[in-house]
Amino acid sequence: MDWYLKVCEMTESSYRIQGATGEWEVVIGLEVHAQVTSNAKLFSGASTKFGAEPNANVSLVDAAMPGMLPVPNRECIRQAVRTGMAIDAQINKWSRFDRKNYFYADLPQGYQISQLYHPLVGEGTISIEPEDGETKIVGIERIHVEQDAGKLMHDQHPTRSYVDLNRSGVALMEIVSRPDMRSPAEAGAYLRKLRAILRYVGSCDGNMEEGSMRADVNVSVRKPGDPFGTRTETKNVNSVRFVMAAIEHEANRQVDVLESGGTIVQETRLFDPDKGVTRSMRSKEDAHDYRYFPDPDLLPLELDDAFLAECRASLPELPDAKRARYEGPLGLSTYAAGVLTADVETARWFEALMAATGKDDAATAKAASNWLISDLFGALNRLGKDITNSPVSPAQGAQLLGLVADSTLSGSLAKQVFEIMLETGDDPAKIVEERGLKQTTDTGAIDAVIADVLAANADKVAEYRGGKDKLFGFFVGQTMKAMAGKGNPGVVNERLKAALDG
Amino acid sequence: MTTDLTNLTVAGIRDGFRKGDFSAREVADAFNAAVAAGKPLNAFLVETPEHAIAAAEEADRGRASGELRPLSGVPMGIKDLFCTAGYQTTAASHILEGFVPTYESTITAKLFGAGVGMLGKLNLDQFAMGSSNETSAFGNVISPWRRSDGGNAPLAPGGSSGGSSSAVAARMAPAATGTDTGGSIRQPAAFTGISGIKPTYGRCSRWGVVAFASSLDQAGPMARDVRDCAILLETMSGFDPKDSTSLDLPVPQWEAGLSGDLRGKKVGIPKEYRVDGMPAEIEALWQQGIAWAKDAGAEIVEVSLPHTQYALPTYYIIAPAEASSNLARYDGVRYGQRDLPDGANLQDMYAATRAAGFGGEVKRRILIGTYVLSAGFYDAYYTKAQKVRALIARDFERAFEQCDVLLTPTAPSAAFALGEKSADPLAMYLNDVFTVPASLAGLPAMSVPAGLDKQGLPLGLQIIGKPLDEQGVLNAGLAIEERAGFTARADKWW
Repeated sequence: MDWYLKVCEMTESSYRIQGATGEWEVVIGLEVHAQVTSNAKLFSGASTKFGAEPNANVSLVDAAMPGMLPVPNRECIRQAVRTGMAIDAQINKWSRFDRKNYFYADLPQGYQISQLYHPLVGEGTISIEPEDGETKIVGIERIHVEQDAGKLMHDQHPTRSYVDLNRSGVALMEIVSRPDMRSPAEAGAYLRKLRAILRYVGSCDGNMEEGSMRADVNVSVRKPGDPFGTRTETKNVNSVRFVMAAIEHEANRQVDVLESGGTIVQETRLFDPDKGVTRSMRSKEDAHDYRYFPDPDLLPLELDDAFLAECRASLPELPDAKRARYEGPLGLSTYAAGVLTADVETARWFEALMAATGKDDAATAKAASNWLISDLFGALNRLGKDITNSPVSPAQGAQLLGLVADSTLSGSLAKQVFEIMLETGDDPAKIVEERGLKQTTDTGAIDAVIADVLAANADKVAEYRGGKDKLFGFFVGQTMKAMAGKGNPGVVNERLKAALDG
Repeated sequence: MTTDLTNLTVAGIRDGFRKGDFSAREVADAFNAAVAAGKPLNAFLVETPEHAIAAAEEADRGRASGELRPLSGVPMGIKDLFCTAGYQTTAASHILEGFVPTYESTITAKLFGAGVGMLGKLNLDQFAMGSSNETSAFGNVISPWRRSDGGNAPLAPGGSSGGSSSAVAARMAPAATGTDTGGSIRQPAAFTGISGIKPTYGRCSRWGVVAFASSLDQAGPMARDVRDCAILLETMSGFDPKDSTSLDLPVPQWEAGLSGDLRGKKVGIPKEYRVDGMPAEIEALWQQGIAWAKDAGAEIVEVSLPHTQYALPTYYIIAPAEASSNLARYDGVRYGQRDLPDGANLQDMYAATRAAGFGGEVKRRILIGTYVLSAGFYDAYYTKAQKVRALIARDFERAFEQCDVLLTPTAPSAAFALGEKSADPLAMYLNDVFTVPASLAGLPAMSVPAGLDKQGLPLGLQIIGKPLDEQGVLNAGLAIEERAGFTARADKWW
């Protein structure tokens, strides 16, 4: 682990809270609950589809009817193992489920089946790239799988609460980081990177709005160089922005408490996104004793080599590797490689675009990357769409790039054609054909237009020939205007120069 | 027709029905009448004569059309721990009063699928916690047996499958399902002069059986003789993908493999089962059993199970620990009883519902289980108990290097009178001293009736086998049965 410690030291964040007594360092660890992508729940065959009518996706097992028994869903285990492999973590071939016992109306069994003592996935690492910061390695302590609880609805009846068990029993991965982050920016970068990895692997859709991903945020503060302070845990924060805001507030609150002579209580807190503050959720007096013990309804989970090999073989190219390939063999800039690989959908689109061009040289990659990042993203932004529902397909994009590459279209013509593609959904070749937007390279036609332009501006020709070189741009503009923008700029330049200087 | 069809065994009913000696309907009617006449025993919580009749009529039609199923024509009683679709299932607890499952347990589905008709749901100790049936929320079952002293003291039918043992002993059912967590099939079988087998853990699916202690609970048949146990266990066993602890193994043909010839077999006698204060009659019965085993050709070897003395304390940590968690689902939210005092919040509702719904023994075990799992006590109790459990299993492994089966008494005494031990939980728990070790090790074990004590009450002998060797257990049981010639039955006083 020497290299790892070294990396952490080298990239220590300089984020500090300025207190009355000096600078404070913030220490952050995140426990992310990620809903496993699977059709069925962790221990029952009920559907996991989001947005169903309340209690539509509830099996006898999920409702904890008498005599019902859990049976592990192989796909959920597979996805958690693949996730572990994606962060280079140790996969435990022997793991076990434990019961976490507590009473609540959203927990029909009276216990949550989880993994305390022997998690499925052990230590791993995630490399993050915080904005305005250096690359940093965040340690992952473990990933275990567990059941989600149901949902209480307090707004359905004046005096009663209703229970929706659709989420009851849905598989979650709890991904526990080491307390390796030192600033809200690092925590944000960690969450974005984790989300990207989960989406590349396909083990979680990363949709924080639908609750597919939420974080418990552990925060403590200390004077730089001191041992860790007492931490608080802010539960169930459901967006990157809120996680960063919760850390900022909580760290400042802790500094205020400590500097006014108080002590930090190890406690569970809630984040109020409207006020941007955290507040204490429950006090120590009613702290739960969860009475964890191995679930006697389930045998230990034992994974064989064939299963692990299949999990590994099914892993796609992951963001870090993809980014390295884009920067290396493909020759893209660090910035472009970062943008294109940040999200699996963008990377997939870019690779479909490249495939449709039929080329893999650096020039094509650069043209494709530039067009995707500036033209396509710009248009999608304007239209309020994202890459997954782009009105233009990768094949159409490749066709457009091809028309530029073979000089059928100039850059400005290509932009015109693209606008029409966005409106009509038509192929660029069809648009060029129907609207006559093809660029002209016919020297005879260009020479004729140039002759007209020079004849109509004899005074300016004289000035130019008299040494006013800057007028060359004027002649280019006039010529292009006369050709309705369809003249090949290179040819126009060349012929114009010949006509004026000759 | 024959004199009394209720005297027939399962094999007798099956074979006689096939031969055409009587109709399935006649069998169902005879047992339905016996159930109706047996109310004073309080063995049935729900009577389902219509279920038995429907199955019988189907059997009769099947016989006419040549479509017979393995158990066509055979009616049974079902312990009320098995969920039965459309029929109230309570585990003999107020907290489940009125609960009618929409689903059928795997075991009852297999039995009904094999042609069995249900006579009714049988009383038991509440959530199968008890050894006398006195913890039932619906009144205790009374044993059909009475002491020969003329005192007429009502006796315990054993527990927790006391409704099952009483119903079979009183000829209200030719057989019944039981469940065994620490002896709940074997001890009541011994108390009432019938046979019962708990198979290897994992043979019988637990799906749809109200859970007491998941790592110990096993279903099994209770019947009049060893052959009937073999027949029924064949139908009840088998892999169930809905139970993760179910064994994915083929079910042997135990009935076809029955043989009381023990030549070449070694019968082990564990010396630690000779406990202090064991009645002389039990010791004498045990010696008689050893003589019978020898007579059947077996070689007798003394073996040692050194951790036997720790089995009961270990059991009374592990079983309550699992129960405290398994019974958390009875909270008044989704089904069963709900006690909602005025102005109650959720916690108040839980407390009121569980206080009113659970009986005293259930609460005692939930409290014990909660205690042994709580922070600061977990390692001292639960972790240690799991280690001792492993040692007990290893004891058996080593003993079975020297022998094929073990022979022991089933219980340290004959049936006791109702009320005699109910005030002293520890005395009650001691009833399981011989049955609990095999449960902790997950081994197949059965009780067969072997004789009467001086008060005329039945006594049983227990055979414990190697994992998956139900055949060895049944065969040794058969050898005892053939030599014991146990024909005594309770005089009908009800």
